[in-house]
Amino acid sequence: MDKLLRQAWVKPLLFAACLIPLGLLVFRAATGGLGANPIEATNRFLGDWALRFLLIALAVTPLRQLTGWNAPARWRRMLGLFAFAYVVLHFSSYVGLDQFFDWGAIGREIVKRRYITLGMLAVLLLIPLAVTSTDAMIRRLGGRRWRALHRLVYVIAPLGVTHHWMMVKKDITEPAIHAAILAVLLGWRVAAWARLRHNGAPDNRKAAACSAPHSSSPSS
Amino acid sequence: MLIRSAGLPRESEVTDKALWLDRRRFLALGAAGALALSGAGAGAALPAVKGPFSTDEPPTPRKDVTTYNNFYELGVDKADPAQLAPSYFGKPKPWSVAIEGECARPGTLGYEDLINPHKLEERIYRLRCVEAWSMVIPWVGVPLAEVLKRFEPNSRAKYVEFTTLHDPERLPGQRGRVIDWPYVEGLRMDEAMHPLTLLAVGLYGEELLPQNGAPIRLVVPWKYGFKSIKSIVRIRFSETPSRTAWMKAAPREYGFYANVNPAVDHPRWSQASERRIGEFLRRKTQPFNGYAEQVASLYAGMDLAVNY
Repeated sequence: MDKLLRQAWVKPLLFAACLIPLGLLVFRAATGGLGANPIEATNRFLGDWALRFLLIALAVTPLRQLTGWNAPARWRRMLGLFAFAYVVLHFSSYVGLDQFFDWGAIGREIVKRRYITLGMLAVLLLIPLAVTSTDAMIRRLGGRRWRALHRLVYVIAPLGVTHHWMMVKKDITEPAIHAAILAVLLGWRVAAWARLRHNGAPDNRKAAACSAPHSSSPSS
Repeated sequence: MLIRSAGLPRESEVTDKALWLDRRRFLALGAAGALALSGAGAGAALPAVKGPFSTDEPPTPRKDVTTYNNFYELGVDKADPAQLAPSYFGKPKPWSVAIEGECARPGTLGYEDLINPHKLEERIYRLRCVEAWSMVIPWVGVPLAEVLKRFEPNSRAKYVEFTTLHDPERLPGQRGRVIDWPYVEGLRMDEAMHPLTLLAVGLYGEELLPQNGAPIRLVVPWKYGFKSIKSIVRIRFSETPSRTAWMKAAPREYGFYANVNPAVDHPRWSQASERRIGEFLRRKTQPFNGYAEQVASLYAGMDLAVNY
């Protein structure tokens, strides 16, 4: 299976798959499929997918450790950048469509509405991660510092889930599902870390799983 | 084309309603359900005269009014009610409403006994949802005051309470505990008796569809939409205000009055502006949703930031 997933065509296929939600949104917008309030629908759709991609990117390491496959590590950066892309689109639709660049109103909302404050904080924190995602930046920072910086995602993802939870009016089913998945993904890491400490020395598999993507990605 | 003779059956009478309801139930189960149902006309035509207070703003398209609904009893997503109604709600009628509490003539009335003594009016009102979107809807209904007077409320009747049908078979959203069912709303007596307040039975000249609160709902245009309770089965006169469904669900966010007020924000979002469905740019929200001239005096001397 790992061998199959390491074929050259898998990653481009995954890339295309990551574009499906965006394509679906464009299709719906063009065909009137967004309903009576297309701006709200667009904003929510992009927000949902931003969160989902964050969770998908966070699932890479546990998936590797569970299956022993190495292939998913090659997708981690791409999935993380797709999460960032959907976050940026969600932010843009809020600023450009929902508020129509009314910076005064946007500023007041950021200060006054805690869920928007948290959302904006998540966007800001994601920027350094996106900026340092190139091989050159990883080399410049060095693996240890790069890893430390990218642990910010453990703050960003809970911020995103909380942002969604707080804006929902009453039915919390969806944010609760996101929170449960996030709890499993983060809990997995805590457990792995605890085991590591308990055992004293890291075993090989774990060390590989925590390493920066450049060590396992093809030289590209 | 417009000449109608009284002897001819209406189109809706030709096909037995149960038959096409079954057809719609079937469609709703199929993949094509959502498409086939959106905006499908179902209600019979209602003869109505033009009533007062109508706005000349362009009405929101019927398709949007009938497919973008907050009616948690039929699902929490705004597209849910229109999609689920045909499979669950069934025929709105027969329907009866219980009249209770502080009045001389309590009792249970069928839809016809409640509505037919009155002349139906068309009222084109703005509707402002607490979620900061709005519509313009051509309602058909009767002034609530005229209906309430028939039951001769007594001097202890200071408030009126309304209750939505509680039937998880027909309203599957009630199988979950999103809010404390049944949905309850209330008005102060002077609000209920105000000439703007409407007991609506139709929109766009046709009977209400389930997603819009068939067959009888309240319309209080100067208050946020959640006050305009749908599918009413009980009207109770009382001496004290009711704890409404949303007050129970989130007391800090939803009060008893819920008058549209751009100066008092919802704790989680601004009420200063709104998106009119069908428009791109937000528009400024008006105090009392533009009905201040008619209703502001009802609240003279009250602190509306406290009585939100």
